Formats: sequence, structure tokens, C-alpha cells
Amino acid sequence: MPKVFYVQPDGSERVVDGAAGDSVMSTAVRNGVRGIVGQCGGSLSCATCHVYLAADDRQYFDGPGEDEDEMLDCTASDREDTSRLSCQLVLREGVDVHVTVPDEQT
Amino acid sequence: MSRPDHPRSVVVVGASHAGVIMAERLRARGFGGSITLIDRSPHLPYQRPPLSKDWLGGEVEPDTLALRSEEYYGDNGIELLLGADVTRIDRQGGGVAIRIRHSHVRQEARRFDRLVLATGARARVLDLPGVDHPDVLVLRDLDDARRLGQRIRRGPLAVIGGGFVGLEVAATARGLGTEVTVVEAAPRLSGRAVGAGTSDFLLAAHTELGVDVRLGTAPVEIVVRGGRVRGVRLADGREVPAATVLVGVGAEPRTEIAEHLGLVCDRGVVVDERCLTSDGRTIAIGDCTVQEDCSGNRVRLESVDNATEQADAAAATLLGADLPRRPTPWFWSDQGPWKLQIVGVVGADMDVVVRTDPAKPRRRVTLYFAGDALVAAECVNAPADFVAVRAALSRGLRPSREALSDSAVPLKKLLAALPVN
Ligand SMILES: Cc1cc2nc3c(=O)[nH]c(=O)nc-3n(C[C@H](O)[C@H](O)[C@H](O)COP(=O)(O)OP(=O)(O)OC[C@H]3O[C@@H](n4cnc5c(N)ncnc54)[C@H](O)[C@@H]3O)c2cc1C
Ligand code: FES
Repeated sequence: MPKVFYVQPDGSERVVDGAAGDSVMSTAVRNGVRGIVGQCGGSLSCATCHVYLAADDRQYFDGPGEDEDEMLDCTASDREDTSRLSCQLVLREGVDVHVTVPDEQT
Repeated sequence: MSRPDHPRSVVVVGASHAGVIMAERLRARGFGGSITLIDRSPHLPYQRPPLSKDWLGGEVEPDTLALRSEEYYGDNGIELLLGADVTRIDRQGGGVAIRIRHSHVRQEARRFDRLVLATGARARVLDLPGVDHPDVLVLRDLDDARRLGQRIRRGPLAVIGGGFVGLEVAATARGLGTEVTVVEAAPRLSGRAVGAGTSDFLLAAHTELGVDVRLGTAPVEIVVRGGRVRGVRLADGREVPAATVLVGVGAEPRTEIAEHLGLVCDRGVVVDERCLTSDGRTIAIGDCTVQEDCSGNRVRLESVDNATEQADAAAATLLGADLPRRPTPWFWSDQGPWKLQIVGVVGADMDVVVRTDPAKPRRRVTLYFAGDALVAAECVNAPADFVAVRAALSRGLRPSREALSDSAVPLKKLLAALPVN
């Protein structure tokens, strides 16, 4: 079972068991992880699921698609190299994922 | 942290987008009393938007629809009573007494300090000959979606109503190869929700998908032959083929409980910006409510955004906290390969700037200006522009027409260049 490590801006961490095929966003929302809103349910409509993906974990995912890339320029918290929309980060068996939640989503 | 005037027990009737988020916000704001969520549906509270989109095509597993995991409620001390119908509410002292029917035999009575109505809406029905036939469906909840999903690949589908839900289903069905006709009595698709230009663009989009769109003609009869639905007869005398008919003509707020309590209703439970109803004590949130817009008109916003924002405001109200800042309202609708996003409120006679890009013919952004200031936008296949406008409006920016007219420069660049006011 893949685990997702969510680090809050204050440094506190929460670990949630995910399921392969689910996204980092839906895993957070269903378990009530603070700071990931995911209002559109993952349809690339809201940009309220922004996270900073740990640099070491970037190897497990393809880079952002065109729409995601453009939306990341307009998120509530500043974009960094590691910025992703977490609804586009799909979990895989045997791969744990570490993300940091930004200050603001809307 | 409980102040003397804070409630010790809160009951929410309706456990869907508004009710569940409200419970979560109460806990997030440190509420330590009891929270009970009641819903007549037996399903773990779920998201409705996917029901007319990818879920309907069978690409998404049902449990991925859950708004929160089952454990979430237990872990956060939120009591969830599912398959439980609230049949009666009486005022009692400062609180309410509630009668709950779990089944025909099991009834329960409970008392709570504060009542939240999050009863949502039901699909509007049409009064037409043949409309009671089992081949005629509506789409509001998971059970409706399951019925439609079982039939969506079978034979021709007629959709009555060219609103968002109807168009989403039409696009999904076309994606599965089903023959689809959309019948809309008004001269435009989604005419009350989007401007003429966006509406025309959507018409072209659906025509391209192979949807047969009939505008400006009303259905007069569901044609039943040999015990089955065969088509829909229109006012112009023609008949469109159908094995299944989806009636998608909007939703009606569930106001029964509010009316029984004597609360003011006007095509929805009337609430103020704190989500208080006319008794100054009962709270109502989400699709069952109407609220005043900036021009003082009573409007009903049927959206996830509104349910979420009202839930947050209601939690603050219950705890006597300051009202949270409310960002500009927004909405999205995915119609097959077409993504429509709306932010802000479009009024009559507003100035319009349309931004298109010859290199991206499937993209169209319409900006609406009140006087010289940007107040709303409709974006088709332009999620980045949408996010940029939403962020700007929510930050209080009101850029002018001139600042945004240059279609050659990306909107996000134009908006980023504006001074913060
Ligand atoms: C098919 C579909 C697609 C949609 N797509 C989008 C979209 O793309 N974007 C968007 O922003 N919005 C969309 N919406 C709208 C969005 O789903 C609603 O705005 C949102 O669900 C409103 O939440 P609510 O909690 O106010 O009401 P509802 O979701 O209607 O829930 C009300 C709940 O109250 C329960 N209830 C009512 N009375 C009682 C009673 N007496 N006792 C017990 N339980 C009771 C009902 O069973 C129901 O579960 C869509 C809606 C539908 C139906
Ligand atoms: S959840 Fe809306 S864009 Fe990711």
C-alpha cells in the first residue's frame, strides 16, 4: 500500500495510507488532510490542490501536462520548481510520495 | 474553549457537499461539541459532479466518489446517520427536537441545540404524457446515475433540457457512441447561465460531437409504443428517436422542513451572508438556499463552490467567529472534451471582450466588464485563463478593458502586470 507523507507549512507531518490509482489529492481530501481543498474533484478546473512534490519523488511521475503547467503559474501560493497539482499525481504500488502543502489554496 | 452561547450539539439535515464540509469546518475551527449528520441516502456521502461526467461512462469506481472516507467521520467525532429520514422537527426551548425514521419500524427522537438545513435540491419533473414511464429518467443522485449508466450505451438517448447536466450527459453518451438528441425549448443552450457568444460556441461544440441539438421547440409527449419508449414528440410535430429519455430541466430546492418551521422561503430558503434564516437562529446552506447577490436580487447558486463557501460561513456563524472572506463565486462544467468555467456574476448589458487564439480554435475566453472593471469571465478550454481571472478577482483587482484586450499576450501575463490595489 503506497503511503503519502503530507508536510504542513508549520513542519508537522501526516502519513496516510493510499491506494494505487488514487491521486495524492483524493487521498488527502478523503482523509481530511488540511490545506488540500481539491474542489473540482480532480478535473483540472480549480487549482486548489497545489503541492510541492519532494525533489526525490519527481522521478516517479511524468511532468505536468500543458493545462496543469499553465494553471500552476496562477495558484494562490507561489509556484516553485517542484509545484504540482496533486490531483494529477497518481499513486502506484510500492511508491511512497512526500509532498509539502502550501500556505494558501484560494 | 466553549463560550456559554456556543452550541453543545449541532445537527445537520443533509449529508452531501454542504453538510459534510460544514461538519469539517466546525471541527477545523475547534468546535468540541457533538455533530450529527443525517441523510436519507444509504450511501457514504459522495460527490455529485462526476455523476454526469466520466463516472457515467464507467471509467471511475463508485468508491472514488466518496467525499470523505468512512474512518474520517469516526476519527473526527462526526456521527453519520445514513438511510435516515428526518420526518419532523419541532422547536424546543433554544433548540430543536428531531424525529428520524431509519426504516419503517425504527424511529428515533433526538434533541439538538442548533439546526443546520443542508437539504439540497431534487430534480425538477416535467408534466408530459408518458413521462412516468420507467425509460424516462432524471439525474440528481447516485441511484439515478446508476440507472442512466446501465442504459447510456443502449439505443438512442433524448435529453430534454440544454442545461449543464443535460449537455454533460449528452457529451458523455456521444463519447460512448450513442445517438443523442438534445431538445431545448429556449432559443439557446444554457441561455440563463452563459452569455450568447459562449452559448453559440457550446452549440458548435456539441454539433461537432454529433449531438443533434433542437432549439426553440418544446417536447409535448413521450412516445410509448409496445410498452417501450420510442421517442419524444416535439411541438413542431416532429419526433426524435429515443430508447431512453433524460429529463434535465433543472433542480428544485428542498424547502419542506424550512416551510414547516415557518422560515421565509422564496424559491429556496432565504439566508443572509451568515447563512442565518429568517428566525435568526436556524442555519441553511447549499443548493436549498437563496441569497442576495450584489444587486440585491435573490439568487440560488447551485455549485460546489457555493456549498463550500456557505458551509465555511455557517461554521463561523455557529461559533460566533468573524465571517471568512468570500472569494468570487465560480463554477465548472466538463462536457466531453469541452471544459467550461465561469467566475463572477454576469449581469445584463455588460461590456464584453472576447479573447481567441487562431492557433487554438477550441479555446474561447469571454471577459465581462461592469463600467470599465472586469467582473466575470466565461472560459472554454482555457483553465489557466480561468484560474488567473479567479485569482485576480479574488484579490480585489478590477482591471480595465484596455488592460486585457490584447489577445496576443497571455491573460496571466496581463493580469500579473497589474498593480495590486
Ligand atoms: C449530476 C450533477 C452534476 C453536477 N456538476 C457540477 C459541476 O460540474 N460543478 C459544480 O460546481 N456543481 C455541480 N453540481 C452541483 C453540486 O453537486 C451541488 O451544488 C452540490 O451537491 C450541493 O450540495 P448540497 O449539500 O447543498 O445539496 P445536495 O448535494 O443536493 O444534498 C442534499 C442532501 O440532503 C439529503 N436530504 C434532503 N432532505 C432530507 C431529509 N428530510 N432527511 C434526510 N436527508 C435529507 C439528500 O438525500 C441529499 O443527500 C452538479 C450536480 C449534479 C446533480
Ligand atoms: S482538484 Fe481541482 S485542479 Fe486538482
